[in-house]
Amino acid sequence: MSAPTITERAVERKTEAQPRRGAGRRAGSALSGVATRSVAVLLLLAVWEFAPRAGLIDSTFLTPFSGVVRALGELAASGQLAEHIQASLTRSLSGFGIAVLIAVPLGILIGWYKTVSDVLTPLVQLFLNTAALALLPVFVLVLGIGETSKIAIVVYACTWPILLNTITAVRNVDPTLLKLARSLNLPPPALFRKVILPASIPTVFTGLRLAGAAAIVVVIAAEMVGAKAGLGFLINDSQYNFAIPSMYAGIVAISVLGVGFNQLLVVVERRLTSWK
Amino acid sequence: MTTKIRFEGVGRTFPIRGGRERLTALEDIDLHIAQGEFTVIVGPSGCGKSTLLDLLAGLGTPTSGQVLLDGEPVTGPGVDRGIVFQQYALLPWRTAQGNVEFGLEAIGVPKRDRAELAREYLELVDLASFADRHPHELSGGMKQRVAIARSLAYDPGVLLMDEPFAALDAQTRESLQDELRRIWQRTGKTIVFITHGIDEAVYLGQRVAVLTSRPGRIKSVVDIVLDRSAAEDIRSTPEFARYRHEIWTLLHDEVVRAQELEKEAVSA
Ligand SMILES: Nc1ncnc2c1ncn2[C@@H]1O[C@H](COP(=O)(O)OP(=O)(O)OP(=O)(O)O)[C@@H](O)[C@H]1O
Ligand SMILES: [Mg+2]
Repeated sequence: MSAPTITERAVERKTEAQPRRGAGRRAGSALSGVATRSVAVLLLLAVWEFAPRAGLIDSTFLTPFSGVVRALGELAASGQLAEHIQASLTRSLSGFGIAVLIAVPLGILIGWYKTVSDVLTPLVQLFLNTAALALLPVFVLVLGIGETSKIAIVVYACTWPILLNTITAVRNVDPTLLKLARSLNLPPPALFRKVILPASIPTVFTGLRLAGAAAIVVVIAAEMVGAKAGLGFLINDSQYNFAIPSMYAGIVAISVLGVGFNQLLVVVERRLTSWK
Repeated sequence: MTTKIRFEGVGRTFPIRGGRERLTALEDIDLHIAQGEFTVIVGPSGCGKSTLLDLLAGLGTPTSGQVLLDGEPVTGPGVDRGIVFQQYALLPWRTAQGNVEFGLEAIGVPKRDRAELAREYLELVDLASFADRHPHELSGGMKQRVAIARSLAYDPGVLLMDEPFAALDAQTRESLQDELRRIWQRTGKTIVFITHGIDEAVYLGQRVAVLTSRPGRIKSVVDIVLDRSAAEDIRSTPEFARYRHEIWTLLHDEVVRAQELEKEAVSA
């Protein structure tokens, strides 16, 4: 059968389809968006700088922001900053990576079977809401104080948000899309690759971002408890030695790291859902 | 004329209340549909129209009787039947072109031919210039045309449509009805079309099957014979009005009964 062309124009108004936005306007609004989002942060930094200077806060306890920047510079120059960041990043990223490799496939599998997910979801909720840090002593007890226990606790903290969101994502795939796939006799591998996976991406990424934040929190805490390197160690050690500017330098490094990681995940997600 | 589809004493029940009771959705459906025929099914809400279509699609199995396609019992879904859903069922991450290709991938058309075929069918529904748009950039009518193109592209003999135009505004709906009739005339598909609209049923159908309220049975099958070349606006002719009234009357009692059933269900 060949498809003959119907030349008559449909009555339907084509204007109903949204026109594409001009690239120039988009760039302009992006710039003003950046400005809007930076206002509050800049304000915070200004208060941080001037409150200790004006004597509103004792500057021994709160180093003015410029002092923190100077300390950061010194730490960077001596190579210490890189060493600490590398230690923390290695732990959190390997833990995060392992959690992704475990939780995404497992979540897809659990989410696909309704009864299995009905049974297991409360358990996942329970683990998700059991603060990973409360279990830190248990991990240290069982795995010692070395790298293994630190990475293991990051894996633990990252697994649950990823698992729960992946299960939710798979359960919430539009049922008419599943019906469509079934009506076309799509074999299971194609069904996963072409329907379930792409439909799940946004919700899975919500879990990944939560896990990313958790990975950093947990690794810092673990480093505070017992480590010879890492940003958590730097903060604790600086406070102990009353090197207050270095302590704040460590804190700033952590938040930059956290924001950076989150942004990276946002960019990857945008890439994968560019159709939006 | 050869018979394409045969419902033989088809019934379908569903377990309800945790499996302690069964709800009879369809009962004793006998219906023959000829090759190339355009059949419309109307009936009150909840009478089992979608269930009937699911059985024909192979997405469900009858609890009694059988559904035959080309003389063979339907045992599962297959690409010899294309479905058009009310909610379009387009993959939001694929373009119009990609959505049409989705069906072609399922039947294993090689990549190069896919693009060309998809293009051809987008042209058939007058959407060639929107091939690279994603569903959220298309109006409801355009989305449904993409879905129709997808179902036609892999060339099924039977097209199953479950209230495909219900979510569209009146103008768009009428233009799509015209388009569907043209496509049907050109392609010779056997079409089974479900609707709530009496006008739509009379306008589209060669035959209109009226179902009773639940449990759904065939109440009556009305043959529609209209001289479509006679009037510019066929919907305003006396014959059209006569058919509309006939089906309205058949449906009316059933709708009243269906509403009573619903009230009972709510107060129970
Ligand atoms: N999977 C199911 N389990 C239990 N009951 C079901 C199931 N599917 C349908 N039913 C019931 O069967 C009856 C017929 O449903 P169906 O969806 O076929 O009706 P319909 O005629 O398509 O209704 P509508 O006009 O609202 O689309 C309804 O009472 C519905 O609640
Ligand atoms: Mg229905």
